[in-house]
Amino acid sequence: MAATDVNDLDDTPGPHRAARAFALVKSIASLAVTLAVTILGLLAITFIIGRVVPIDPVLAVLGERATAEQAEAAREAMGLNEPLWYQFALYVRDAVQFDFGKSTLTSRPVIEDIARVFPATLELATIATIFGVLLGIPAGVLAATKPGSWIDQLVRLIGLMGYSMPIFWLGLMGLLVFYGQLGWVGGPGRLDTSYEFMYDLDVPRVTGAILIDTALAGAWDIFRNALTHIILPAAVLGYYSMAYISRMTRSFMLEQLSQEYITTARVKGMPEWRVVWVHALRNVMVPLITVIALSYANLLEGSVLTETVFAWPGLGLYITNALFSADMAAVMGGTICVGLVFIVLNLLSDVLYRFVDPRARS
Amino acid sequence: MKFSKTASLLSAAALALAIGATAPAWADTPKDTLVVADKIDDIVSIDPAESFEFSGNDMLNNIYDTLVELDPSNLGPLVPGLATEWSLADDGVTYTFKIREGVTFHSGNPVTAEDAAFSLQRAVILNKTPSFILNQFGFTAENVAEKIKATGDMELTIVTDQPYAPSFFYNCLTAVVASIVDKKTVMENEADGDMGYEWLKTNTAGSGAYKLRVFKPSDSYVLERAGEYWRGDVPMKRVFVRHVAEPATQRLLLERGDIDVARKLTPVDIAGIADNDDLTVNDEVRGRLMYVAMNQKVEPLNDPKVIKAIKHLIDYEGMANSFLKGQYTVHQAFLPAGFLGASTETPYKFDVEGAKALLAEAGVEGMKIRIFVRNDQDRLEMAQSFQNTLGQAGIEAELRTGTGKEILGEYRARKHDIYLGAWGPDYPDPHTNADTFARNPDNSDEGKHTGILAWRNAWPATEVNDMTNAAVLEKDSDKRAEMYMEIQRLHQETSPFAPMFQKIEQVATRNGVENLSLGGSIHSVFYWPTTK
Repeated sequence: MAATDVNDLDDTPGPHRAARAFALVKSIASLAVTLAVTILGLLAITFIIGRVVPIDPVLAVLGERATAEQAEAAREAMGLNEPLWYQFALYVRDAVQFDFGKSTLTSRPVIEDIARVFPATLELATIATIFGVLLGIPAGVLAATKPGSWIDQLVRLIGLMGYSMPIFWLGLMGLLVFYGQLGWVGGPGRLDTSYEFMYDLDVPRVTGAILIDTALAGAWDIFRNALTHIILPAAVLGYYSMAYISRMTRSFMLEQLSQEYITTARVKGMPEWRVVWVHALRNVMVPLITVIALSYANLLEGSVLTETVFAWPGLGLYITNALFSADMAAVMGGTICVGLVFIVLNLLSDVLYRFVDPRARS
Repeated sequence: MKFSKTASLLSAAALALAIGATAPAWADTPKDTLVVADKIDDIVSIDPAESFEFSGNDMLNNIYDTLVELDPSNLGPLVPGLATEWSLADDGVTYTFKIREGVTFHSGNPVTAEDAAFSLQRAVILNKTPSFILNQFGFTAENVAEKIKATGDMELTIVTDQPYAPSFFYNCLTAVVASIVDKKTVMENEADGDMGYEWLKTNTAGSGAYKLRVFKPSDSYVLERAGEYWRGDVPMKRVFVRHVAEPATQRLLLERGDIDVARKLTPVDIAGIADNDDLTVNDEVRGRLMYVAMNQKVEPLNDPKVIKAIKHLIDYEGMANSFLKGQYTVHQAFLPAGFLGASTETPYKFDVEGAKALLAEAGVEGMKIRIFVRNDQDRLEMAQSFQNTLGQAGIEAELRTGTGKEILGEYRARKHDIYLGAWGPDYPDPHTNADTFARNPDNSDEGKHTGILAWRNAWPATEVNDMTNAAVLEKDSDKRAEMYMEIQRLHQETSPFAPMFQKIEQVATRNGVENLSLGGSIHSVFYWPTTK
């Protein structure tokens, strides 16, 4: 997407402006088309999955004891007797208006459900990503500057462990040690019971993210409690993202450090830290942004296992539950939410490219 | 008791010192609040006319009252509820209930006979899944206004279509679907003539000990004491039920004192906390049965000898004493222990040689069969054991697994061979299970009695149909109990069902939590008498 406005090769001053404006419009238009096609594709896939799974959505709602007559009435009410293409058309029409209907599992509008579960995931994923970036990039850079050294081996070992350890196990162990034995962090859930009351009853909902809402309300004791609860699951998820980011950083850096401009800089007598942390690092920022954005987006889908272990009421659990019970409205809403996350992060990384890469700005 | 309290206080203090001020998570749960960890993601609707899941009924049992109630400290005999007295006229079909004076709903509106009539009519007219509990007395959307009506401010009259056993009718009135809702409040929230259905799916309007303060589906809910309760003191100001899906997580929370009650621990967790002096584990027998059923449309499962052989090929004791230890007890009759007339006979023993002989007599060789079972640890383990023991007699069994809804769909469509699953009673009367295990009104495919287990397995139930129909009309309770004993005996002998186990719920609590009744085999949890 970023490439579209670099196409502008016209350097005559007169039509330059017009061409730029045109390029802008073109890039926005192409963005809109991409968006539309992506979302339509997303919808089509979720719709098809919803029809292919061998689960009867009516049973999901009515349960085991329903009579045939009750099932038929529910089928009619849910629009399942309409032709498929018509059901799909309705599905798209509603989705475009952000009307995802009511979840059959929670009996509430899906958009409300998502507004409740997504902030929990957002909070967790954001802190985890901050963890991953703050630890992963320096680790990767250090490893790349001294390939084969003990520090490189250590980073590799930690990274490998991060890749290969089941997150479920890691989460449970973390809870056992840091919550069960040491008592350094809060337990499963987003808050202690007593704080949960205070949050539910006294703190106005602005974003649904507890850390932000309590900070806005100045409820610092709840804020602190929320922090003790989020730190462990965020660290566990952050570990994974760190493992990934450090590995990618290392390989990007190794590539850069073998370039001629690095040699030149060194020959010119530039201090080594500047060569590494400023010259080389700046050049790996572009691919690194993509890596970080992707890992962030993955976390934003919600991690079912982490959410289960930590009793964290997030998006991953919500979508999984919905899928298992053929709650199509919820699945559709959740999928669109995830799709939008990817699209937004894509856009965001485009903007960031321009920021760090002068070539993308011209 | 005193010592252990002091000791735990001391150790808590010592630990608090060791950890310093960094651990606010150490705080106990609030004194006036009972904190429960459970799995609550099965709640679909919290309208009592629709709720039919374990967790939903657990919640609603504490928010709504019924005309006739059960005593949490002595489950079984019926006690007055919102009706103080009731009687049956000589015609055997006209019941009169006197409504309790001076009780108000959470809204402040008084409870009247009009509310009671409205609530029961509403459940019948809405015709949601649990409505059959009332509809089986001959009520329909068309006639219910005639059959159930207020015949005075505080007098309700109900006319059934047949002279049923009165105990049967009263027992059904204790079910959640017969909860009394606040007519005025509900009708204020009516939309398009839905009798408040859309609104009551996510709101409540009851007269029970608690009102619903916060409800976050699949996350948590908070019950708050509603004020004076007509049944007595309600010691806990709040009940906080949290959804914690992972048993190991529940255990950690309990050990740390962040919750008071953990309801979904595994046997491993229970064994793990056995030495913890701060915790108590209570066993409560629940109504759920695990059973095996053989589809009578499938050859040779319809051969009585094969049925018997298969009943002998289940390692009842072996399973109950190993991986099901503490969680299930062997039970081979279709009425769970705790029900009127429940039989505790266990005529079937694991006996490979006997089974082989029966199979040979039936002329069956090299039999191949599929066992339908959902993906759930207990069930899969049972199915694997069963698969193995079938194999010992030369029956090659394949497990057909899937999600609950998936397997259920095939079961209801009579597409299974052998089904291994669970059944929980719907209301505290023996007819609830007799009606499904021992009665089949029409065995044809067109009958579509998908809710009836005998139909799902294509078993015409000729041996017991008449007796089941008669038992539900028997006025003498002792005689009625005897009839059910006889039906269960015949059922064990002839039916393609092999009930195997009855559920034991092991609930772990912090010391000091008292009077918490989960509702036994017949009902849902009661929080109002609970103290801590």
